[in-house]
Amino acid sequence: MEISHAKQVINIDEKLTERINELLSHYPADKKKSALLPVLHEVQDAHDNWLSIELQDKVAEILEIKPVEVYEVVTFYTMYNQKPIGKYMFEFCRTSCCCLRGAEDLMDYTCDKLGIKEGETTPDGQFTVVGVECLGACGYAPMLQIGDYYREHLTKEKVDTLIEECKAGKVDLHKQDHYTE
Amino acid sequence: MGRKILLEHANVPGIKTYEVYRKMGGYASVEKAIKTMTPDEIVEEVKTSGLRGRGGAGFPTGLKWSFLDKKSGNPSHLVCNADESEPGTFKDRYLMEYIPHLLIEGMITSSFALGAKLSYIYIRGEYMWVYRILENAIKEAYAAGWLGKNILGSGYDLDLYVHCGAGAYICGEETALIESLEGKRGNPRIKPPFPAVKGLWQEPTVVNNVESIAAVPWIINNGGEEYAKIGVGRSTGTKLISASGHIKNPGVYEIELGLSVDEFMNSDEYLGGMMNDRPLKALVPGGSSVPILPAHLIYKNAEGGDRLMSYESLSEGGFQTGSMLGSGGFIVYNDTSCIVRNTWNFSRFYHHESCGQCSPCREGTGWLEGVLHRIETGHGREEDIDLLWDIQSKIEGNTICPLGDAAAWPVAAAIRHFRDEFEYHVRFPEKVKNRDHYVAEPFEKVKHLVTKQTV
Repeated sequence: MEISHAKQVINIDEKLTERINELLSHYPADKKKSALLPVLHEVQDAHDNWLSIELQDKVAEILEIKPVEVYEVVTFYTMYNQKPIGKYMFEFCRTSCCCLRGAEDLMDYTCDKLGIKEGETTPDGQFTVVGVECLGACGYAPMLQIGDYYREHLTKEKVDTLIEECKAGKVDLHKQDHYTE
Repeated sequence: MGRKILLEHANVPGIKTYEVYRKMGGYASVEKAIKTMTPDEIVEEVKTSGLRGRGGAGFPTGLKWSFLDKKSGNPSHLVCNADESEPGTFKDRYLMEYIPHLLIEGMITSSFALGAKLSYIYIRGEYMWVYRILENAIKEAYAAGWLGKNILGSGYDLDLYVHCGAGAYICGEETALIESLEGKRGNPRIKPPFPAVKGLWQEPTVVNNVESIAAVPWIINNGGEEYAKIGVGRSTGTKLISASGHIKNPGVYEIELGLSVDEFMNSDEYLGGMMNDRPLKALVPGGSSVPILPAHLIYKNAEGGDRLMSYESLSEGGFQTGSMLGSGGFIVYNDTSCIVRNTWNFSRFYHHESCGQCSPCREGTGWLEGVLHRIETGHGREEDIDLLWDIQSKIEGNTICPLGDAAAWPVAAAIRHFRDEFEYHVRFPEKVKNRDHYVAEPFEKVKHLVTKQTV
C-alpha cells in the first residue's frame, strides 16, 4: 500500500456533512458501509482530489466502520488518489479504440508541452498527466477526462486551448450543469 | 430505415427533462403495469418478447427474472448495471445521457415486476456528469409521484437511487458489482448461490444491463409478441451498437437485429464505410473481450453465408471462424493497424483490471501483457507465440468470473487469425522497433518477408 506523508488539512464542513447525510439516506440504516464509494468521491472532491490516511480514518469514523475497510477500498479503485496530484489532472484514455485515433501521440504531445513524463506532475503543482484504461468514449476518440467531465475528439489545438483555460482558471472541475465538448 | 424503439425520441429537444419525456408518452408503461397487470404477467410478457441481456452475455431477461427467490421472505432488489467499461462499448452512456427517464421508467416497471422496493442504478465513477443527470431525473420522477410511497395509489412503494463506482472494470461483473455496492472491493463471488437467491446484502437481487431495462417500457406498452416480431430468430428486438475505430461515422446506433454486417458497415445510414477509404483489415464486433475477425470472415461466414448482426450469426462456426455480438462494441481496424500492438493493448487493459482474486487471471494476464509487449517492441523470441497460446489456454475457464476468458479470447483469436503478423514481429525486430505508436506498415506489403507459414 502506497502511503503519502504529505499533510492534508481535513475540513468536513456543513455543506459536505449535508451531502454525506443525503448519501447515507440512500441505504438502509444498518448498511452504512454501502455509502463508502460515493462518500469517498465527495470527500476527495472537497480535499484537493486526494485522500490522506488521516482523511480515510475520518471517513471510517463517519461511516462507523474500521479504517482498514476504507483502506482496502481506496487501494482497489483507481479513481481515489492516495497522494497529492496536480490541480488539473489530464487522464488520457490509452485503450485500443482511442489509440487507433492517435491517443498515444496526443499524450506524448501534452507531456512534452508541459515538460513532464506520463504519471508526473508539473513542479508548480498545476498539471498531472496520466494514461488510464478505457473511459467509454471510444466513438469520440481521442479523449481525456478532467474533473467530472470528458473532452472528446481531441486535437493538439484543443489540448493547447485546454491548458490555457486551466492556466487562466476558467475550468471548473466539478460544475453541476451538464457539459461535454 | 431501421425501426427505433430505444432512441425513437432521442433527438426531441428537451427529452432529458421530465416534462418533455412525459409529453412524448413517457411513463405509460408504469401506469399500464401497475394498474392493469400483475407482476407475474409482466415477467411473462418479457419472457414472450425474447429479450436477451444486452450487457454481453445474452441470457434471456425474463428467464433471469423468473429465478428470483420471492419466497425467501427477504426484500428483493433490482440493480441496474451501468458500469459500462468494456473497451469499444459506450452505448449505455448515450442512453442515460440523452434519455435518462427511459431508464428510470424501465427501472420502476421492472422493480414492480420483481417486487423490489429498493433499487439502484450502479454507474461507473467516470461518468460523473451522467450520474448527475440521473440524480436530477430521479428527483423529477419522485416529484411527479412515480417513485416513493404508494405509487399511483396502488400501495406499491419504490425507492430508486443512483450509486457511483470508482474505476474498476471488474465491477461490471454482477457479483463484483454487488460487492462494490456493499462498499467493498469488487471481488466477484463464487456462484452458486446466484444473486437471484443471495445478492445485495444477501437478499434476492436481479442485476440487468441499462439497455435491457430500457427495453422493458416498449415491451409492456406494445406487448412481448410485437417485440419478438422485430429481429431474426432468437435474436429479437433492437440493439444498440457503439462503433469506433477506422470508420467514417463512429457513434451509437440502434439497429434491428438481423441487419447485415455489410449494410451496417457501408451504408450512409450507419457507419458510412472506412475512414479515408483505406482497406478493412479486421473487426471486433462485440467489445474487446470477443474474438477479432479477419477481413475475409467479416461479411461472410466460413460457409459463404451473409454475416448478420445477431447473436447467432456472429458466432457461427465457433471461435474458429466466428466471434460474438457481446455488448455491441464494434471496433473497426484498417490495413495500417498493428494487430500485435492492439492485442498487447487489450492485454494491458485486462491485466490492469483483474481483481487479483484468482491466480490464473492475476498472474496470467500479467504474463500475456509482458510477452506481448516483448514481441511488439522487437524483443520477441520465436517460442513466444506458442508461449502466449499456452498461457491464454490456462486462463480460460479457470477463474471465478469471466474476466479470465475475456483476457484470453482476444489473444487466442489474434494468434489464430494473424499468426503471420506475430512471426513478422519476431523475425524482423528492426522493422517494429521505434515505429510510430499504432500505425504500422500495411501488413499486406510486408507479408512476403514471412516465408515460413505456420498458420
